[in-house]
Amino acid sequence: MIVETGHYALVLALALALVQAVLPLWGVLRRDGALMAIAAPAAVTQFIFLAVSFAALTHAHVVSDFSVLNVIENSHSLKPMIYKISGVWGNHEGSMLLWVLILGLFGAMVALFSRMMPDDLRAAVLSTQAWLGSAFILFILLTSNPFARVSPAPLEGRDLNPILQDPGLAIHPPLLYVGYVGFSIVFSFAAGALICGRIDAAWARFARPWTLLAWIFLTLGIAMGSYWAYYTLGWGGFWFWDPVENASLMPWLAGTALLHSIVVMEKRDALKIWTIFLAILAFSLSLLGTFLVRSGVLTSVHAFASDPQRGVFILAILVFFIGGALGLFAWRASALKSGGIFAPISREGALVANNLLLTTSCATVFVGTLYPLALEALTGEKISVGAPFFNLTFGPIIAPVFLLMPIGQVLAWKRGDLIGAMQRLIIAAVAALAATRVLAAMHGEPVVALIGSGVATWLIVGSFVEVFGRVFSSGASLVVMFARGVGLPRSAWGTAFAHAGFGVTLLGLAATGWGVEKITTIKAGDVIELGPWQVAVQSLDTRPGPNFRANIAPSLIMSGGVAIATIEPARRYYPSRQMSTTEAGIATIGLGQVYVSLSGENPDGSLDARLYWKPLVALIWLGALIMGFGGALSLSDRRLRMGVARRAKAAAVAAQPAE
Amino acid sequence: MTRKSRRLVLIAAALGMLGVAAGLVLFAMRDNIVFFYGPSELADKKPSPGSRLRIGGLIKEGSVVRGDNLKVDFVVTDGKSDVAVVYVGQTPDLFREGQGVVAEGVLVSPGRFRADSVLAKHDEKYMPREVADALKKQGVWNEGADKPAGKP
Repeated sequence: MIVETGHYALVLALALALVQAVLPLWGVLRRDGALMAIAAPAAVTQFIFLAVSFAALTHAHVVSDFSVLNVIENSHSLKPMIYKISGVWGNHEGSMLLWVLILGLFGAMVALFSRMMPDDLRAAVLSTQAWLGSAFILFILLTSNPFARVSPAPLEGRDLNPILQDPGLAIHPPLLYVGYVGFSIVFSFAAGALICGRIDAAWARFARPWTLLAWIFLTLGIAMGSYWAYYTLGWGGFWFWDPVENASLMPWLAGTALLHSIVVMEKRDALKIWTIFLAILAFSLSLLGTFLVRSGVLTSVHAFASDPQRGVFILAILVFFIGGALGLFAWRASALKSGGIFAPISREGALVANNLLLTTSCATVFVGTLYPLALEALTGEKISVGAPFFNLTFGPIIAPVFLLMPIGQVLAWKRGDLIGAMQRLIIAAVAALAATRVLAAMHGEPVVALIGSGVATWLIVGSFVEVFGRVFSSGASLVVMFARGVGLPRSAWGTAFAHAGFGVTLLGLAATGWGVEKITTIKAGDVIELGPWQVAVQSLDTRPGPNFRANIAPSLIMSGGVAIATIEPARRYYPSRQMSTTEAGIATIGLGQVYVSLSGENPDGSLDARLYWKPLVALIWLGALIMGFGGALSLSDRRLRMGVARRAKAAAVAAQPAE
Repeated sequence: MTRKSRRLVLIAAALGMLGVAAGLVLFAMRDNIVFFYGPSELADKKPSPGSRLRIGGLIKEGSVVRGDNLKVDFVVTDGKSDVAVVYVGQTPDLFREGQGVVAEGVLVSPGRFRADSVLAKHDEKYMPREVADALKKQGVWNEGADKPAGKP
């Protein structure tokens, strides 16, 4: 009964989405306030029905209702509770339901928190969001129904793929989806602005918090996914330039560009056409990613052609929304007057450079991801495009971004002073040279790692030059400086932290150059030299698990004869699925990690193993956390909140006695 | 600078960026794209020795010979043609006789291949998709069954 309720709630959500899509839009065109007013309550109710539907599916998974096909295929009664819940979105149907839930969530949030917006803009935004919602709910109901029943119900399910039974994978998809799908609301804002002809600084102020929110979650989601791949795949790598990864990187690059151009639009009323275009582009790339991941086109171009139902449906959605938005864009954007003018050397100029570099780098990822698919579809030739391609194309284009970031931050709006800016950044340059010297003495070659860490230091120190310049002055007391620091807009601190986080990630990437890798066979009693450490293999055991058998190699990490950490790398064999998984043994020492993964067993009982020492590797993901923190600081800025909610404005006014 | 000349600078910068990107992409495509062949395609197309390729097929029964220091010799077959492969390194979890495999490396001479990586990535049917496609072409893949026909 609960399952049918969920199914029915989804159908009702579709009906509401259609109402929300059509009536408010009609209201905007006819300037009818009553019709426009339907949008907000419809958005909230639609979200409630979607939540009921999602809760019903979750309930079926939690109680292991094996009369539901989706539960049979992805669950098992003995599976731990956390994986019963994460199994809801660990499959195609459930993850699409999560997709529309988040789509609805963003619509409801705009309905609830954006009361300051002009009525017509809000109605147009919510209407666009509902068009998206209708399309995807229809997709679920017609091609991917998660509520399909099976009779008679089997006694047991087929279990979730073992590689997905991992806490990392329980939280990675929801984070990523909030980011990925979050750009939908920015897309809706762009469409709304075009429909209502309100492409101005006020629009930028309304749209910016949503962009930032989606960007924060996308950043965290990508980092989480990368860490999951790092510790479960057993290859010691954290980024494989896999099409699925690229599908999330492209919206991130476009979204980062958007985040910066929308600031120019808000502050200087410039770059308006470009900003609207980026808002459309960011979500278009999210849609493209959904198509790549969900249509089966990656598994095989031929499988896609032979079972095209889902793929063609998503492709149709893709073409309709991207084509529709770009058509609207071409029709309305040409009427725009360009706004504020600025010199090439200025804050705006630097942000334009940022946008050019980010979108171009995004284009190279796009080519590298889609070219093999296009070639195979057209000629049947199979090629692979891997890390060397992206290192040669993406690398050189993104590198200047690192160098330019601190410079852009200290340039003034409208007309900047490049020499003055460089003078203020001398401290960052000195720090970068010093760091390179110290690291060269400590670790030496390779040169790439030294250059990378120098640039990273430049970026980390340079990110804070601007805020420190506003806080420190000779003669001022600590109390005054503290007060100044607190009094600075939080978005200034947010920018500094987000930029520095990027630098921290770069430092972690650069340090991979100093890593040590060993591939060898191990047996009990072996001591393997690994960079500064020794790995002492205590024993080789087999241990039975609940649904697997594991080879384990408990080992000590030693430094000069003293044990400082223990690890237990394991290789699990799941007989029911005839599948092996690698459980890497990871010991975090400072910011570096010792990483040991096992593979094949030899006839003499020894095991093949990969051992890595990865100095500073934790910084790669720590940097992403700092970026997310910076984004959150910026999001909590009073000026942004005022644009979001009227109540927040009142509170903020009450809470600011003096400034 | 006038508004118009500013706009020209901007457009020139954008076009310059795109030009650089296009150049990089074309340059990277020349050397960093690796073609995939099955054993029969390899026999047909005869790429010159020394070229970098990915090959895939089934590991021939009884062909795996493990040497010292992680050296492995094996034969990749699609039922019609064979390629002898030598590889030094760890073999992936599912490396077994009769299983599908994808190896990347250099063609030493026609029919002999030196691999520097042997791929472990398998889809839910435990068969790399290139291999499945290559086997279908040779007619040794039985659609619907999850393993190639004619193999135990």
